[in-house]
Amino acid sequence: MLADLLGIPPQLLFGQLLLGLISGAFYAVLSLGLAVIFGMLNIVNFAHGALYMLGAFASYFLLKILGINYWGALILAPIIVGAAGIVIERFLLRRLAGVDHLYGLLLTFGLALVIEGLFVKFFGASGLPYPTPEALKGGVNLGFMFVPWYRAWVVVAAVIVCVFTWWLFERTKVGAYLRAGTENPTLLQAFGVNVPLLTTLAYGYGVALAGLAGVLAAPITQVAPLMGSNLIITVFAVVVIGGMGSIMGAAVTGLAMGMIEGLTKVFWPEASATVIFVIMAIVLVIRPAGLFGRTA
Amino acid sequence: MKMLKTLAAGVSALALTVGAAQAQISDGVVKIGVLTDMAATYSDLAGSGAVAAAEMAVADFGGTVAGAPIEILTADHQNKADIAANKAREWFENENVDSLAELVTTSVALAVFEIAKQQNKIALVSGAASSPLTNDACIPTGIHYTYNTRALAVGTGSAVVKEGGDSWYFLTANYAFGEALQRDVSAVVEAEGGTVLGASKHPFPSSDFSSFVLQAQASGAKVVGLANAGADTTNAIKAANEFGLVASGQSLAALLMFITDVHALGLDTAQGIQLTTGFYWDLNDETRAWSQKFFEKTGTMPTMVQAGVYSSVSHYLKGIEATGSDDTDTVMAWMRANPVNDFFAKGGEIRTDGRMVHDMYLVKVKSPSESKGPWDYYEVLRTIPGEEAYGPLSESTCPTK
Repeated sequence: MLADLLGIPPQLLFGQLLLGLISGAFYAVLSLGLAVIFGMLNIVNFAHGALYMLGAFASYFLLKILGINYWGALILAPIIVGAAGIVIERFLLRRLAGVDHLYGLLLTFGLALVIEGLFVKFFGASGLPYPTPEALKGGVNLGFMFVPWYRAWVVVAAVIVCVFTWWLFERTKVGAYLRAGTENPTLLQAFGVNVPLLTTLAYGYGVALAGLAGVLAAPITQVAPLMGSNLIITVFAVVVIGGMGSIMGAAVTGLAMGMIEGLTKVFWPEASATVIFVIMAIVLVIRPAGLFGRTA
Repeated sequence: MKMLKTLAAGVSALALTVGAAQAQISDGVVKIGVLTDMAATYSDLAGSGAVAAAEMAVADFGGTVAGAPIEILTADHQNKADIAANKAREWFENENVDSLAELVTTSVALAVFEIAKQQNKIALVSGAASSPLTNDACIPTGIHYTYNTRALAVGTGSAVVKEGGDSWYFLTANYAFGEALQRDVSAVVEAEGGTVLGASKHPFPSSDFSSFVLQAQASGAKVVGLANAGADTTNAIKAANEFGLVASGQSLAALLMFITDVHALGLDTAQGIQLTTGFYWDLNDETRAWSQKFFEKTGTMPTMVQAGVYSSVSHYLKGIEATGSDDTDTVMAWMRANPVNDFFAKGGEIRTDGRMVHDMYLVKVKSPSESKGPWDYYEVLRTIPGEEAYGPLSESTCPTK
């Protein structure tokens, strides 16, 4: 009906919606990490795109040097990236605790430029190829479009990660501690909880999510130093639309924005790079705290 | 005694001529500014490799020309026209730079052309592709050296149509270059009796092409033409493979592809792709010798853009050497009057519209089993004569030709 109305064949419309869901899966996992970090550390983590890229490179090197395949990388690469994140938090971000958000933003932005610059220097901008895992090669023809198994797997993986993260932060004791730590760290510490350790782990987890998204992306795009630099801006817009720090909001908005972007690619491809920012501007005017954010 | 006198006279005469030559070189030094993309999408096909190529040209000249030292300046324009224009103006006005080289990205080259025209300085374009640079947008001091969108269209476009690919759909980078490439290829396709069914203009740069690939599949066109470059092309090819575009009977035409793109994709994915190039390292002994030197310096084989930078800078320096002057009009006149003869081009001619006309090559990417080793990627299918690739001067719409 809608398809007839807009003069677009329904096959194309469904296809684009499905593709939008797939790119939305990446937005969801990445913005989830950002939301966790902002929620727990009050840091606007501009290094997220670079860490996502590190995840992809980690899986590339695991395969090339150690012969560890995709499934191994899916576990190991996020751990490696998470460890890198913990080092960053311990030695750099911790020094900025208590100062204005802007400093954290500048530090992480600078860090991203340095990491990406070094990777361009050593590996070039065109990137390196990463093969699709054997088990997920090929695809299924749904009648209106051909869906590669790998892309379907990405959506499944993203949903699992989102649900797990939500459960971890909203339904477990660790999550309760973390949320309490954001509300009142001093009081929580008085109860004998190691708040700095919690913060470090939260950053490590958020960053590991970026690393995981990098592994998921490796077979789809080139493993390239700048793969995160364009994505990160869009993902920030997603986080702002969803509400900074809202875990549920980040995941749902990620998937929704992917689909809206997918539709724009049919109707007005030139605008597909900007549509999310237009929505962000509108949301900021109507609900400054974001769609799922709690107004302070 | 007499001998000493003769010797003294000889030496002073020599000193005089050297002095005279040096007087013709403005501020006593020849400065060439290499303005390129050092870290983004096009940095592999141009970037530090282009700088290395310019340095090799200077080194092969012995570091001096007409008695004056040669200096290379480099800057990163980040593919942004405003940054490039500001840098070009700064170099011309404050640094007394005599000419600019490389200039990848059409929007950059167009902006720099404006400045070069105002300042009457030479711009040696190697990386930018669009044919308007020697048509409507031409300048008297601009040289478009390595290739252009028309040559790519004539090479790849007509080859594909002749093989039966007579209906086309384009995935086009949404800026001046993508539009120029689509326009030039459409003209060739239609002239050969084919039809163009449509195009999707994608943002530059894009990382996910699945949606555009789906639209191309829905168009039903026999050929999907990629009017983009660098990482956009490699990502589009990956998405096309993943979504079974080729498996379902459509074919893919990469209208601009560099050897670094093939290297990045790997032969498994890239095999069978036909493309047009202005240079390949493994053409003959001369190209192999130069490319080997380049490889030792940079660790990669040269792209046509990088080889073109070497050749264009050398030709420019030869002009200064021969005329003893770095005056723009004098050197331009020499460069036009004398053919380019080096490993890059044989009998290359620089026309009054700024086009350097030289032979191009239609090549096919080898399969992993055909390739004998690293960088052994192309099989040359056809040499396209310069005149055919670039068209006659009478076709050029350059007002100052």
